[in-house]
Amino acid sequence: MNIASILASKGREVVTIGPRQTVRQALRVLVAHNIGALVVVGEADRPVGIVSERDIVREAARNERVFTRTVAAIMTKDVILGQPQDDLSSVGHTMTERRIRHLPVMDGGRLVGIVSIGDVVKAQRDRYQGEVETLQTQLLDDRA
Amino acid sequence: MTARAGTAEEPLRVAVVGAGPAGYYAADHLFRQQTAVVAVDLFDRLPTPFGLVRAGVAPDHQKIKSVTAAFDKVAAHPRFRFYGGVEFGRDVPVEDLRRHYHQILYSTGAQTDRRMGIPGEDLRGSHAATEFVAWYNGHPDYRDRQFDLSQERAAVVGVGNVAIDVARILCRSPEELATTDIADYALDALRKSRVKEVYLLGRRGPAQAAFTNPEIKELGELADADVSALPAEVELDELSRAALERSPDRATQKKVEILREYARRAPTGRSKRLILRFLVSPVELRGGDAGEVVAMRLVQNTLQATATGALQARPTERFEELPVGLVFRSVGYRGVPLPGVPFNDSWGVILNERGRVLDPETRQPRVGEYTAGWIKRGPTGVIGTNKPDAAETVACMLEDLGQGRLLHPDEPDPAAAERLVRARQPGYFSYADWLRLDALEVARGRLAGRPRVKFASVEEMRAALER
Repeated sequence: MNIASILASKGREVVTIGPRQTVRQALRVLVAHNIGALVVVGEADRPVGIVSERDIVREAARNERVFTRTVAAIMTKDVILGQPQDDLSSVGHTMTERRIRHLPVMDGGRLVGIVSIGDVVKAQRDRYQGEVETLQTQLLDDRA
Repeated sequence: MTARAGTAEEPLRVAVVGAGPAGYYAADHLFRQQTAVVAVDLFDRLPTPFGLVRAGVAPDHQKIKSVTAAFDKVAAHPRFRFYGGVEFGRDVPVEDLRRHYHQILYSTGAQTDRRMGIPGEDLRGSHAATEFVAWYNGHPDYRDRQFDLSQERAAVVGVGNVAIDVARILCRSPEELATTDIADYALDALRKSRVKEVYLLGRRGPAQAAFTNPEIKELGELADADVSALPAEVELDELSRAALERSPDRATQKKVEILREYARRAPTGRSKRLILRFLVSPVELRGGDAGEVVAMRLVQNTLQATATGALQARPTERFEELPVGLVFRSVGYRGVPLPGVPFNDSWGVILNERGRVLDPETRQPRVGEYTAGWIKRGPTGVIGTNKPDAAETVACMLEDLGQGRLLHPDEPDPAAAERLVRARQPGYFSYADWLRLDALEVARGRLAGRPRVKFASVEEMRAALER
């Protein structure tokens, strides 16, 4: 199983924001879409970072004027980018080890989606459940 | 009136399009939940149900097909009806379903294969593996396909379960096949097969191959074929070894051990050979004078890690030529768009979010339309994977029912829907018809010492039912 199988039933387009927009604007977008992170895109829609709830909380803890700061100032810059064909087992391992919660996915230079660690865990759970289900069906048949 | 949908007086009426595992699991979840009274009408293009369990699962894997017993239990529910031989779009377009149902669920699977995109792909003798599979399984649409089994050398491109099935069926002896439910005409053709060497080609290394350990072990136990692998190709490269050390995985270690053992095996003189190759990709099929495949040009690959640590094949400058007269590609599958249903071209699935079909303009859910199975998530997982997949969709359906987000059918009466089906497809097949066909197939099989002998055309099925 790979990243494409997660994106297939995510449907919606990736929600992005520009680096020069403010934290207040970012918060509005997060709330409007009920999500936890935005991909920050620069020129030609290239991802230049990710801004998450966590980034905003961290800034708010030390800065009263958090709302007027730019996204660029608080975002996480060294983003790891995935590809649709990346295996879920590798992706899950890398996200867990490096404590990455959101992975933007690029296909031929185009931003095509974002997967969260929750998506990866759910896909792996469904995969194991499916295998157990199939094995059980066959075992029960044996006893019949 | 629709405010009461889901009650005993007005059951929630659901049309499911596609009678494969995802459709049955969805019906099962709908019948098991306690919040609403549901009635399910299951449609299929073919007269017979079960989708790929009947037309995809290999004939020598009978045990996997035992899941149909669970599907028959679902079909025994008093508010379940089956309309076989009725095609969505052609016989019943979505507008008609909207007039009769509160909710529509599409579970039509991934009906077409991905192409390799290389020169020579359409030469005579080059086929989609799925066509061969549908042919030997007696799918009525494929029974007239021709495969030139007078060739001695065949290549199967891919190492997923379909590729493995095709390679294994090509290597089985007629005696082994004769005890299965393989289509009669395919058994005859395979009896005369002159195929002696079958190459199974993986683009990445042994650790990345999608096949499972039981599948690969089975290849080492064929009655009439010696399995082998190239020692250099089954040794792990640095990156694969490091990945396996980082997250040790028993199944992958075992898989590599099995393949190493195959590489050490000496031929025992069986009449056929199955050769497993890794880290190679076809770049061209070469044609002979009559436009037939005579060889395949392969490039050797190395592995490289992507940013997420996944390992990808990267072509080198080393090429080789493999003389083969028959090629089966099995490099991925895609859904086919349904008439009037939004499609996501990037992933080859119905445009959806967790099973709710989305409007392509607004990306908001389309009221009353849902999807499950391969046409929702793409072609991944085993049969059982469709159960949690369908559960997710059904949860969305029930949530929407609770919120009153439903279609408002003009004619929710079950008799009205049946009148429509009868008008459009008078010769439709009911579940009772299927159960009779099933009993007849099994009875024919019993005489021949086989699990069943399939009816492989719609005419044969009608004749058997004396219609």
